[in-house]
Amino acid sequence: MRTSGAARTGQYVALLAYLVFLAFPFLWLVSTAFKPARELGSLHPTWIPENPTLANFRQAFDEQPLLDAALNSLVAALGAAVVAVLIATPMAYVMARHRTTLSRMATGWVVVSQAFPFVLVIIPLFLVLKNLRLINSVPGLIMVYVVWALPFALWMLVGYVRAVPAELEEAAAVDGAGKLRTLVSVTAPLLAPGIVATALFAFITAWNEFFFALVLLKTPEKQTLPVVLTHFIGAEGVADLGPLAAAAFLATLPSLVVFAVIQKRITGGMLAGAVKS
Amino acid sequence: MTLATATPKRPRPAERRTSAKDEERRLLDHGAWFLVLPALIPILVLSVGPLLYGIALAFTDAQSGRTEPTQWIGTLNFQDLLHDTLFWDSFRIGLLWAVGVTVPQFLLALGLALLLNQRLRLRWLARALAIIPWAMPEVVVGIMWRLVYNPDAGILNETLRDLGLGDGRDWLSGLATALPAVMVVGVWAGMPQTTVALLAGLQNTPRELHEAAAMDGAGAWRRFRTVTWPAIRPIALAISALNLIWNFNSFALVYVLTNGGPGGRTRLPMLFAYEEAFRYGQFGYAAAMGCVMVAVISVLLALHLVGRLRRGGDA
Repeated sequence: MRTSGAARTGQYVALLAYLVFLAFPFLWLVSTAFKPARELGSLHPTWIPENPTLANFRQAFDEQPLLDAALNSLVAALGAAVVAVLIATPMAYVMARHRTTLSRMATGWVVVSQAFPFVLVIIPLFLVLKNLRLINSVPGLIMVYVVWALPFALWMLVGYVRAVPAELEEAAAVDGAGKLRTLVSVTAPLLAPGIVATALFAFITAWNEFFFALVLLKTPEKQTLPVVLTHFIGAEGVADLGPLAAAAFLATLPSLVVFAVIQKRITGGMLAGAVKS
Repeated sequence: MTLATATPKRPRPAERRTSAKDEERRLLDHGAWFLVLPALIPILVLSVGPLLYGIALAFTDAQSGRTEPTQWIGTLNFQDLLHDTLFWDSFRIGLLWAVGVTVPQFLLALGLALLLNQRLRLRWLARALAIIPWAMPEVVVGIMWRLVYNPDAGILNETLRDLGLGDGRDWLSGLATALPAVMVVGVWAGMPQTTVALLAGLQNTPRELHEAAAMDGAGAWRRFRTVTWPAIRPIALAISALNLIWNFNSFALVYVLTNGGPGGRTRLPMLFAYEEAFRYGQFGYAAAMGCVMVAVISVLLALHLVGRLRRGGDA
């Protein structure tokens, strides 16, 4: 298809505008993180720090328990990802292969759960977890995250199971393999990449989550990274910009790396879900 | 695939096959339950259960840390809500926010997706950048934009000063500017996800259709209307419906950016309900707010679906 020169130019101008819009807040975050206090106080801030420093990072770790928070986040996110995938995969398999009432109801729940205002779920959960003495504990948070990650995990996994041809399983069955053996030696290996992608997605969702963590975790040593980050913003909204930027920058790195790895697969999962729902 | 082609080589007696099939189906039904339970139990206990419990709480006077027992009070919470002007203010802001973020988000995402679908240089960079807002914790997105909007040390005001467009202002604490400023962040944060979904749809559209339409002399707009849009419409409708809901329910961004201020101008319903529940301990009242939010979301969804049907599609 031919595109005229003027149209091409227009396209490039538009693309550049998008690039600037997408990139500049992040570049500003990075720039702020490496600026010494003197430059942050300047009335004419610059894009490039004149005297780049790591002092903000040191100060950030001094001011707030960032290491503990990162560890809590890691445990919560890993726990949520592993448990969610372990229990979602068998269910997704049934949903993809058998159109029973149950799988139709599960599909309905996946859609409806996207519309919950969390506040309607969190108050009862708060009361229940309080009675179980699981408030202010990372295991309690993991339980919540697992259920919270389940709809999307199911959605992605159902797509991946459908991509494995049922004929392969039937062939294995005809060859005399039992149901379990078929699942383990035929289906599981083909599903593995999808399962890994789903687990990583659940990991990021939990790593980034804020609302449940804010409500359920009370003491600073139990809190996750996003909650601890908000402590840098004082009650009056006055913030120490440098350490704030440094801590925020660090908190983003793990999800950026993981996301870069799985982005393509998520797109596929999302597409499958969007079209089939 | 080799396995599949090998199957017809081992025929079985017809009667054995049907009985084996029945057997397998019965086994499967048992097996299916066994496979489903590990996910079903947590869903029922931690999601469906609390949701029903939450709806029930809306009809009680439940409060945190109270000693006397909780009582049923019928629709009293809802009656109070009707007269709670602060709640309706937040509700209005919530709707304004949801629509005011979702629409530009969608249009910008569509534009970017169309661009990324062209053979342009630098599009790899745009794709890479589009990941950033999606992967970032919302709290970090909020913090980042606070740094951008910072009245003295922020890049926005400095750029405006450089361009000679006045001395800049404190965007997040101005009564008139706070909500639009927060909306820009909402658009920025949600746009990439929509872009990626639309782009995936575009890439499934056969290029030949475009070329055929171009040969027939269709202009860019006509090609978009007759070829591109019908192809991506199911995805476009699904993602914009989800965005509408997600935006209406959003919390973290605004909590970090303005905490509902100034003077409640950015107090979204979720923020209001959170404060009511966990600052003032009014569990029953906050649950009633949650119920009203569910009702509104259902109406929004229904309207969306009606629009979908009216435009005459089975999508």
